Amino acid sequence: MKSDVELLTAEGKRLDGRSFDELRKVTIEAGVLHRADGSCYLEWGGNKVLAAVYGPREAIPRHTQNPLRAIVSARYNMAAFSVEDRKRPGPDRRSREISKVISDALERIVFTEEYPRASIDVNMEVLDAEAGTRCAALTAAGVALADAGIPMADIPVACASGKIGGKVVLDLGKEEDNFGDADLPVAIAPRTGEILLLQMDGHLTVDEFNQALDLAMKGCYTVSEIQKQALLHKYQDIAEEGT
Amino acid sequence: MSKEQRNVVLPSQELAPVGEKKAGRGTFVENGKIYSQHLGILNDRSGFLNVVPLTGRYSPVEGDFVIGVVIEAMASSWLVDINAPYPALLHVNEVPWTVDFGDTEKYLNHGDSVMAKVLQVDEAKKLNITLKDRNLYKIRNGNIIDVEPSKVPRIIGRKGSMISLIKQYTRARIFVGQNGRVWIDGDETGVAKVIQVIRLIEEESLSFGLTNKIEELLKNDTKDVQKK
Repeated sequence: MKSDVELLTAEGKRLDGRSFDELRKVTIEAGVLHRADGSCYLEWGGNKVLAAVYGPREAIPRHTQNPLRAIVSARYNMAAFSVEDRKRPGPDRRSREISKVISDALERIVFTEEYPRASIDVNMEVLDAEAGTRCAALTAAGVALADAGIPMADIPVACASGKIGGKVVLDLGKEEDNFGDADLPVAIAPRTGEILLLQMDGHLTVDEFNQALDLAMKGCYTVSEIQKQALLHKYQDIAEEGT
Repeated sequence: MSKEQRNVVLPSQELAPVGEKKAGRGTFVENGKIYSQHLGILNDRSGFLNVVPLTGRYSPVEGDFVIGVVIEAMASSWLVDINAPYPALLHVNEVPWTVDFGDTEKYLNHGDSVMAKVLQVDEAKKLNITLKDRNLYKIRNGNIIDVEPSKVPRIIGRKGSMISLIKQYTRARIFVGQNGRVWIDGDETGVAKVIQVIRLIEEESLSFGLTNKIEELLKNDTKDVQKK
C-alpha cells in the first residue's frame, strides 16, 4: 500500500519520537485475577491486554482430547471498545487465526505430555488496541502460564518489527502499522532462541527480512527481562517479606 | 536446615550442569544442563535439585487423603472432583456400604462431599479413589474452604505441629486434604478463627517461624481458653 503519509521526521526520528530500535513502554503485572489459575495484565504502549489461564483440566468436548498429551487452546479476543470504531463482538476471521497461531506457539513450550487428555485454556482479552496486539497478547499469555504453575520449557515472548519509509524499525506504532510497508511479528523461546511464531504482512527483501528478524529478536529479549521481573516482583517479594 | 532465604526460580531458569547435581522433581534436562520447569521454590536434597511449584493444580499421589465433591452418580460408580486435572472414579466396591446396581444415588449424590484416599493413579493419569480406610466418610456438616495445594504442608506444619496448634486453641475439628481443601467443623467463632488463621498461613507461607507467630495470634485472641 503506497501512501503519502510521512512516518519519519527530517532528523530520522519516528512519529512518537522513538528511534529505530526503540520499544514502546512495556509494563507487566502477574497474578491480577482471582478466579483464574494464572493471570497477567500487560500494557504495551497503548495496548492493554488481560490474559487468564485455566487448567490443566479435562478437555471438553471429548473429541478434542489427545490421549497422549494436553492441548493448549488459546482464545484471542478484542473487546468491542478496544478500537476507535466499535468492533463487532465475537470471533471473526482475524481473531480465529491469531488464536490458532498462538495456541500452536504455546503448545511448543508447554510440557503437554504430563497431562494426557487435558486442556490448558488461555484467554487473552484485548481491552485497548494500538498495533501489535498479537505480540502483546502472546507475551501476556506467557506470564499467565508461568503464574498458573504450568510446567514449561521456556517463557514465550513476542515482539514485532517492520519497515516504514524504507527503514527497518522495531515495534510498529498505530500509524506505522497502518501506513508502513511491512509488519513482522515474531515470537521466540528466549532460552533457546527458537522461533515459535513468525508472520509477515507487506513486502521485505531478503536482506531487510533478516535485518528485521534480528531486530525483533532483540526486542523479544528486552521484553523477556520485563516478564521475568514481573514474575519475580510478585513472588520474590512474598518470599523476602518473611525473612 | 538452611535458614537464609527461599530461592524463587522461574520456568526455564538454569539451575546447574548435570554433573554437579541431579535433576529432581519439577526440573528438566537439556544439553547437559538442569532447568526449572515451574515457577517455584528451589531446594537441594542430597544432590537432587527439586523445584516445588508455588501455584498450580493438585497433582494426585497414591495414598493422599483428599476431600472430593461428587460430580455425577453413575450406575456402579461416582465421578468425584478432587481438584486435580481429571475427575476421580469412586467405584461401589470402594465404599463402606453395600450398594445395589443403579442405587448409587441413594448414598452419594451430585454435590455431596467425601473424605477419600487416592487409591491409584495409572499411566494415563486415570484416578481412582476409595473410602475404605480409617476415618473416611461422607461429609454431612461443617465448612469446606479451598487453599492453594502447594500451601498444604505449611498448614499441617512439621509433624502436624501447626494443625494441632490450631485445633488446640479453637477446639474445631479440622481435616486438611492434600488437594487443598480443608474441612472445618465446630462452633461459629471457632470456625471463623480457623479460616482467618489459614488465610494468614497461606499469605505468609514463605516466611520462617510461622508456627510461633500463629501461636501468638491464637493466644491473644483466646485468653479465656486454658491451655492443656
